[in-house]
Amino acid sequence: MNKKVVQAIYNDDDVLLDAVKKVRGVNLKIEEVYTPFPVHGLDEAMGLKHTRLAIASFIYGCIGLVVAVLMMKYIMIDDWPRNIGGKPNFTYIDNLPAFIPVMFEMTIFFAAHLMVISFYMRSKLYPYKKAENPDPRTTDDHFLMEVESTGNEQELVKFLEETGAIEVKIADKKAIEI
Amino acid sequence: MASHYEAPIRNPLIVGDKTYHDVTVDVARPVEGKANRLWWIVFSVALSAFLWGLGCIVYTVSTGIGVWGLNKTVGWAWDITNFVWWVGIGHAGTLISAVLLLFRQKWRMAINRSAEAMTIFSVVQAGIFPIIHMGRPWLAYWTMPIPNQFGSLWVNFNSPLLWDVFAISTYLSVSLVFWWTGLLPDFAMLRDRAVKPFQKKIYSLVSFGWSGRAKDWQRFEEVSLVLAGLATPLVLSVHTIVSFDFATSVIPGWHTTIFPPYFVAGAIFSGFSMVNTLLIIMRKVSHLEDYITLQHIELMNLVVMITGSIVGCAYITELFVSWYSGVEYEQYTFLNRATGPYWWAYWMMMSCNVFSPQFMWIKKLRRSILFSFCISIVVNIGMWFERFVIIVTSVHRDYLPSSWTMFSPTFVDIGVYAGTIGFFFVLFLLYARTFPVIAQAEVKSILKSSGEKYKKLREANPNNSH
Repeated sequence: MNKKVVQAIYNDDDVLLDAVKKVRGVNLKIEEVYTPFPVHGLDEAMGLKHTRLAIASFIYGCIGLVVAVLMMKYIMIDDWPRNIGGKPNFTYIDNLPAFIPVMFEMTIFFAAHLMVISFYMRSKLYPYKKAENPDPRTTDDHFLMEVESTGNEQELVKFLEETGAIEVKIADKKAIEI
Repeated sequence: MASHYEAPIRNPLIVGDKTYHDVTVDVARPVEGKANRLWWIVFSVALSAFLWGLGCIVYTVSTGIGVWGLNKTVGWAWDITNFVWWVGIGHAGTLISAVLLLFRQKWRMAINRSAEAMTIFSVVQAGIFPIIHMGRPWLAYWTMPIPNQFGSLWVNFNSPLLWDVFAISTYLSVSLVFWWTGLLPDFAMLRDRAVKPFQKKIYSLVSFGWSGRAKDWQRFEEVSLVLAGLATPLVLSVHTIVSFDFATSVIPGWHTTIFPPYFVAGAIFSGFSMVNTLLIIMRKVSHLEDYITLQHIELMNLVVMITGSIVGCAYITELFVSWYSGVEYEQYTFLNRATGPYWWAYWMMMSCNVFSPQFMWIKKLRRSILFSFCISIVVNIGMWFERFVIIVTSVHRDYLPSSWTMFSPTFVDIGVYAGTIGFFFVLFLLYARTFPVIAQAEVKSILKSSGEKYKKLREANPNNSH
């Protein structure tokens, strides 16, 4: 089902930020805000929850470390405990210093790549994905706020115009999952 | 706005009366325009060098490593010199995009994209050498711990050359996703401006459908910050591991504990010089002087000066410790470097790396674009000789005098090196015409705090300013 949204376009990030606060102040629901660059404080003003990607990255890093340790323990100590240049390959601890570089690199490899993949999956970004910003100007110098329609659209348009919007229009909201 | 307060002491980072739209137009201009004659000339020269180098590589691999100037004593010379040189150059990109991000340096915004491109392209060049310097490069995949039909015969995790495989591949791949993620909003900007269907299609493909939602930006910034936090130890570890190739050996002149930090300092030193070389040209030809300002060049010169001084300090430490050690082999190595048959390489390295960055103490010189450009090239020559001196002078004369010898490169050694320089510039020139060379989304986020226009507005009304 298509529902109506009101799109207010701003041309200044400070005006947008004030407008977001005003809209939230009168308990209207902001569907989405599209900006051409990160506007600092916007997520707080909109009341977005903090992202957990950093926590995920920490867990991925731990996985990478464990993978590195298990791999080298199996290969160097359990499977072929060879004497290579007099290095003590009796236990993992004996030869630990030589394993540190790979443990370190694999920790970073897992933490970085799995976090980036998580980000792309959560934000649904992939090649050939169709862009969903309703107005191409929002990647240049305009800021677009979508407010859920209350039913009385004329009043909402008037309210949004008062917040400093340079353009307000009523549109059908496509069903988009975020 | 209070959020845009900035100390009046700071100079603007964006010159001119720029609006958000002006930034878009200025960044998109080189991409949307046509290449001029000069670009085609430089591109042809780079492409010819690349093809010549490719020929040399094919000749080496099909005929044998013997076509190089290596001998039984000097088993590493130009190959590993060039490898370390390219890896070192690649480090500045990550330094600029990651370390300067952690330190919240706003001046990084205008230069980080090109610095990261430089990282990727120079690590690609570096990555060629570990493969082609192998006697049997078609067995290069044996360096990976893949289960196999030889009873599962594994690799030996004690070797720094294997650590190199892990370090370089992690470094290249992490740098690549860091760079690409940062590019999404800028590709989206180009996509939304594109009028030609082909351009629209390409930039839609590479921008991954970026729409600039508030939640996307929140995650984007978190990802950038965490990646910067991961890339910083990565960049330090990668060149450390490269330095382990030498430092973990038993060769006098190589076996040193100072190598890891000293190589990293040298990498920043040469990398920043390369960024300076490229950006001084790029700001001119792409008309980006309003974004890459004299202040950016001056700040990069200061980094060059500091890291050059660290490198100088390391040279003196090495000399002191070799004297202090009482090990005659160690003492002879340094005597040989200064007065032996490669004295010219040693003094070339000393004069380029120790003396030339010290000119940057003089404000007039470090604010001179021409002088900065010359020094940036001198530093890269010096840093090439640093790797050459460390590698060749340490092995051509070591423990057994009966094994002493000399090294001189053949045309194939030189051709491969020239080829990588050509390949680097082929990639960089293509990048400069198709990629947004300035992270416009980031520059827009500092326009109000650091743009000249807004700074003047604030000065005009100190009480209520935007």
